[in-house]
Amino acid sequence: MLKTFPKGGVHPPENKLSAKASVEVLPLPQQVVIPISQHIGAPASPVVAKGDKVVVGQVIAKSAGFVSANIHSSVSGTVASLDPVLDSTGYKKPAITITVEGDEWLPEIDRTTELNKEIKQSAEEIIARINEAGIVGLGGATFPSHVKLSVPKGKKADVLIINGVECEPYLTSDHRLMLEKADELMVGISILMKALGVDRALIGVENNKPDAIAHLKNVASGYNGIEVYALKVKYPQGGEKQLIKALINREVPSGGLPIDVGTVVHNVGTALAVYEAVQKNKPLIERVVTVTGKHIDKKANYMVRIGTPIASLIDAVGGAPDNTAKVVNGGPMMGKALSTLNAPVTKGTSGIILFAENEAQRPKEQPSCIRCGKCISACAMGLEPYLLIRLSQRKMNERMEEERILDCMECGSCSYVCPANLPLLDYIRLGKGEVSAMIRARKN
Amino acid sequence: MNKLLVVSPSPHVHSGDSTPRLMYNVVLALIPALAVTLFYFGIGALVVTSISIVSCLVFEFLIQKFLLKIKPSITDGSALVTGLILAFNLPANLPWWIVVIGALVSIGVGKMTFGGLGRNPFNPALVGRVFLLISFPVQMTSWPLPIQSRMAYIDAVTGPTPLAVVKEGLGKGETMSALADQIPTHMQLFMGAMGGSLGEIAAFALLIGFAWMLLTKVISWHIPVSIFATIGIFTGILWLINPEANADPLFHLLTGGVMLGAIFMATDYVTSPMHPKGMWVFGIGIGLITVVIRVWGAYPEGISFAILIMNAFVPLINRYMKPSRFGEEVKKNG
Repeated sequence: MLKTFPKGGVHPPENKLSAKASVEVLPLPQQVVIPISQHIGAPASPVVAKGDKVVVGQVIAKSAGFVSANIHSSVSGTVASLDPVLDSTGYKKPAITITVEGDEWLPEIDRTTELNKEIKQSAEEIIARINEAGIVGLGGATFPSHVKLSVPKGKKADVLIINGVECEPYLTSDHRLMLEKADELMVGISILMKALGVDRALIGVENNKPDAIAHLKNVASGYNGIEVYALKVKYPQGGEKQLIKALINREVPSGGLPIDVGTVVHNVGTALAVYEAVQKNKPLIERVVTVTGKHIDKKANYMVRIGTPIASLIDAVGGAPDNTAKVVNGGPMMGKALSTLNAPVTKGTSGIILFAENEAQRPKEQPSCIRCGKCISACAMGLEPYLLIRLSQRKMNERMEEERILDCMECGSCSYVCPANLPLLDYIRLGKGEVSAMIRARKN
Repeated sequence: MNKLLVVSPSPHVHSGDSTPRLMYNVVLALIPALAVTLFYFGIGALVVTSISIVSCLVFEFLIQKFLLKIKPSITDGSALVTGLILAFNLPANLPWWIVVIGALVSIGVGKMTFGGLGRNPFNPALVGRVFLLISFPVQMTSWPLPIQSRMAYIDAVTGPTPLAVVKEGLGKGETMSALADQIPTHMQLFMGAMGGSLGEIAAFALLIGFAWMLLTKVISWHIPVSIFATIGIFTGILWLINPEANADPLFHLLTGGVMLGAIFMATDYVTSPMHPKGMWVFGIGIGLITVVIRVWGAYPEGISFAILIMNAFVPLINRYMKPSRFGEEVKKNG
């Protein structure tokens, strides 16, 4: 029996169309737009002015607090503007626009591909380096990585969990990375283990990537304390709490963090970025992005500089066909539909999915809930979406709080299974906003 | 590509499941039992089933269009299911106008009064059946004999159901062994060779339907299994105490509509609990009430009343039988 999490979950068609496409380096765009907030926490403060010359790897916005992250230039060129631009959320956000000139890197960055296995730095030095390099969770949540590694007093991690689940349909960026950069990944994991002071790391990979599992197992045998586990394919297994439950059978308490049960979870992409930051002095300036869709000819995985317009990625696969109606940034279950293709790739962009007209619209909503209970069976957090939508529609905020609406991680499984196509998650999101506001007001 | 993009919140994919898919799978699951009843009761079964289905659809259409003034939704399959299940709860020689009244009560009172699909607290087909049982007790309890009545409708040869034979016999103080030659064997019961309502007779056909609904993930196993288990254990205990004064558990499971009720009526989404924990409470409740009515009550069958009574508890069950929340156990332990 393969490991998995016991409660809830769904199995949407996997559609990993780009799984066989090796990572290609996307040519440099003419201009990049680098938002100063690509992470959870305080936006970084710009340290460049219009007209400044910058090189690859140079800090252009400094971390503005503990929960924040440095932003580096991903290209060399001239700062063209500091004006807000429309980003992938559809809102105008402060960003630094840079006109690309050549490809000049900071000299201290080691651009060779030679594997460097020897970890010289102490735990403190590693965490400081990760902080400087602006590394955030690359699985999509973009939580600053150094914060997770700075274990609060009185708590202790005994095991590191590495998330190679990639449970979202379509996405293959982590899959390719596990196949193509396994050694670097293992060194990155060893660095994270040292930073946390643990001697055991578990990599969880869903069983729809047998090639990656076999390869990682093979490579991991050369490293101390790293184990690879195949997991049953079930969404949302890539959710931190679900993955911890699946691998070590511990349940993160409601409102708690993984460290409360003695573990820390990092994505495989993050572990690779850690390797590059610590061993190669390279800050987070590029990432792997899947570009896919059933109706496009070329399905690809690209190594992309942060700030590259999403339109350039789509051009690289031959442009969007005429019947393209929706473009999603991220996976189909949790990704955001883009309102403009000029939005930039950010640290959290794992994939771009193009949907044709016949896939873009939601199925028609039925008149009413038939109380089939499928949403309850699908919820990985043990919530009752059918009840939460009713409470949210009636604005019964106290009751929503009692029914644990804030435990919802917005994975979308309830809306996915609902036979009446009710907008369950939409109303739960609204309800979460109301409840959070109510709790904040109570504290003041 | 210069047109506007579609923007909507996640998720951007859907399972493709729909209310009509669920309803039509229930209809498919009812087909084996329908075939068996056509075999045993022939013309009568055909007439009653057709009238029931057509009346349910027509009443739903008329009420939605002219009373509620909303777009009729008779194609969603729910009225079709109600029509079939109502017919399955009626004897094959029931006069057509009584069937029409049953359909009106089922759809009109049982379903539309409360706002239509998804809002009714009681199983609509059972509301119709129980209304008819109380209003037309004679017609509703004269059961055509299987096979012999195949070519007849109103003038079918009738006889009591096995459960009624046992109830009456035991009531007169006879023993089970003395009644044995008046009732069909277990195998005959399993194959449906007995008098009774249209759809309640053939356990094997209803079980095929159960398997189909499990396979297509229309229902979960919890409600039927908890009802079977409760009735089996409860009547089993009574039978072990005194096998001469009580029918054996298998007899109880195969007669009196337990199969039909447990598989198709107690599992009605709208009127049953949402979570497996609640389903157990619901199923055990139905099982207990059914046996109490059968053994100590006035009616030989009991499952229709048991389901309706437990329907009334569903909101309460849903309120207290909730899924365990993720992260709850750990919090309690410290």
